[in-house]
Amino acid sequence: MNRFIGFLKKEFYHIFRDKRSMLILFGMPIVQIMLFGYVINTDLKDVKMAVLDHSKDEYTAEIINKITSSGYFQLSNNLKSIEQADVIFRKGDVKLILVFEPDFGKKLVKNSKANVQILTDASDPNTANLEVSYLQGILQNYNVEINQDKQLPSSIQANSRMYFNANLESVFMFIPGIMATILMLVSAMMTSISIAREKELGTMEILLVSPLNPLQIILGKVTPYLALSFINALVIVGMGYFVFGVPVLGSFTLLMAESVLFIFLALSIGIFISTVAKSQQVAMMLSMFVLMLPTIILSGFIFPIRNMPVPLQVISYIIPPKYFIVILKNIMLKGVGLEYVWKETLILLAMTFGFIGLSLKKFKIRLQ
Amino acid sequence: MNAGISIENLSKTYGSVQALKGINLDINSGELFGLIGPDGAGKTTLFRLLATLLLPDIGSARLCDIDIVEGYKQIRNLLGYMPGKFSLYQDLSVIENLEFFATVFDTRIEDNMDMIHDIWVQIEPFKDRLAGNLSGGMKQKLALCCALIHQPKVLLLDEPTTGVDAVSRSEFWQMLKNLKSKGITIVVATPYMDEANLCERVALIKDGEILQVNTPQEIVDQFERKLYAIKSDDNYQCLLDLREFEFTNSVFLFGQTLHYTDVRKEFSLEEVNSYLKSKGHLHLEIEHVKPGIEDCFMALSTKADGYE
Repeated sequence: MNRFIGFLKKEFYHIFRDKRSMLILFGMPIVQIMLFGYVINTDLKDVKMAVLDHSKDEYTAEIINKITSSGYFQLSNNLKSIEQADVIFRKGDVKLILVFEPDFGKKLVKNSKANVQILTDASDPNTANLEVSYLQGILQNYNVEINQDKQLPSSIQANSRMYFNANLESVFMFIPGIMATILMLVSAMMTSISIAREKELGTMEILLVSPLNPLQIILGKVTPYLALSFINALVIVGMGYFVFGVPVLGSFTLLMAESVLFIFLALSIGIFISTVAKSQQVAMMLSMFVLMLPTIILSGFIFPIRNMPVPLQVISYIIPPKYFIVILKNIMLKGVGLEYVWKETLILLAMTFGFIGLSLKKFKIRLQ
Repeated sequence: MNAGISIENLSKTYGSVQALKGINLDINSGELFGLIGPDGAGKTTLFRLLATLLLPDIGSARLCDIDIVEGYKQIRNLLGYMPGKFSLYQDLSVIENLEFFATVFDTRIEDNMDMIHDIWVQIEPFKDRLAGNLSGGMKQKLALCCALIHQPKVLLLDEPTTGVDAVSRSEFWQMLKNLKSKGITIVVATPYMDEANLCERVALIKDGEILQVNTPQEIVDQFERKLYAIKSDDNYQCLLDLREFEFTNSVFLFGQTLHYTDVRKEFSLEEVNSYLKSKGHLHLEIEHVKPGIEDCFMALSTKADGYE
């Protein structure tokens, strides 16, 4: 036990004296959350909009009022003619133009039908799509409102509602993803580098010659990162909750237990990498390419898995963070319990035991 | 307790390179033993085998009567090993390094102070300095302290004085002598021939083979020819010219002079002198010198080459 504590002390000295490790450990989670939360934001907010109103009646005024008061759009120009549209789009500020046909209100009352045209700057197609659907949503609502009293014989209205993330807040999606990424990075990369460093500097030679057995060395290496990763998990969930309002609807204990499981898995992957890598550089490269990129790209964190080509979908099944992200989303956003995520939990457990077994088998008690 | 080392027919191959070729060696309990040989002779491989870090291809070795393959766990408790490369934690201070190695062996610094005291007093003034900021000599003293903290029976030191200044080197050897008096078996590998004289017995090793095992004195006594030191204005040209000389047995550049032996038992120095004068070396100083370990090593290794 004394040996173990001595080893832990040494590991913490290493971590706290290395500015780079400290930065990765504590700077990165915060920076990533801030980046994803504020900068890489796919939500609409104050999109500049221009209006070309040929009708100028109470109905158009009300619609414009509804749109601008939604918070998504901001009226910046009133156009006189359609020729101005081209010019104003080229300037770049205005992303969207709303065109009302002449006698819009009259037609609406008389024929129950009037036309409005939406023009968007589609040089950024994703945003353009988003703007159109938001705008359609608002118009639809208005449509329902004015038709409330009338009995329309056969009018089919498609009502969509976004469950679990009613406002389509992208930060809700990012928090689980960031959590998986950071825990993977901190746990796997840092442990693999720290073991590889012992090999590179020759200190592993001395540790091997000492009476320490492989399990003691591995546990000593892993425990500090387990503790630090757990703190990181708390920080991420905390920041998500207090800064961005991402809820934890399910059991917090379950959430943390699943996080610890995932940390164990990442640590065992890190140890496995270090049994293969001879130097810090190789360990870092392996962690980057084998862990980081798949975690970000193939786990469903940013890109939906069902849109991927089939071979990549198959690969995504062996990527541990995929299961962790599913678990996190279920617990945090849907508020379900273990009965809905036991399958994913089992898969993570199996992977953990697999990697620990492999690492213990591959860990060398000698130099060769 | 017998803290000796016995090595039988030990061989180790890396890929196509045979690093050790069937070595036989016996080191007595409590001996200060030197392993003398140039870089690449196989010293480090032998040490790693003895330290249970490598497995031998053929042959066996026993430390303190324990087999290095089967009894590796026991040996790791009895062994103090200092690798050739400085292998302590550079980002830990002197005292932190020492404490760490003490806890690894489940012991405390205070309990072992008598063992390391002589060395510790020299590095104690720097105990809060990071190991990475120590001078070369200090690093080696600290490494020795860490290797001794668990009171090993056998101490393996792989080139402990490489890259260390002359004063620290002699201090280091003095420490080894003190340790020897405590009954520890000490094996030191070194490429410096002058350090051989400080050992009780030495093994001369080259290309994975042991040329000779003997006391330094006897190795020197075996040198059968008369050795001359020749000094000239252009040592290199002189060396080339002497290699052409018909009676030359061996000639080596040795510091500022050339060490020369003749194939004949009896000869006149004048002959050599006049030969060199005829080659244009006018300012010559030739004197008879006593052979050192290095001369013996050279003689033995050329002899070994000759048999091949």
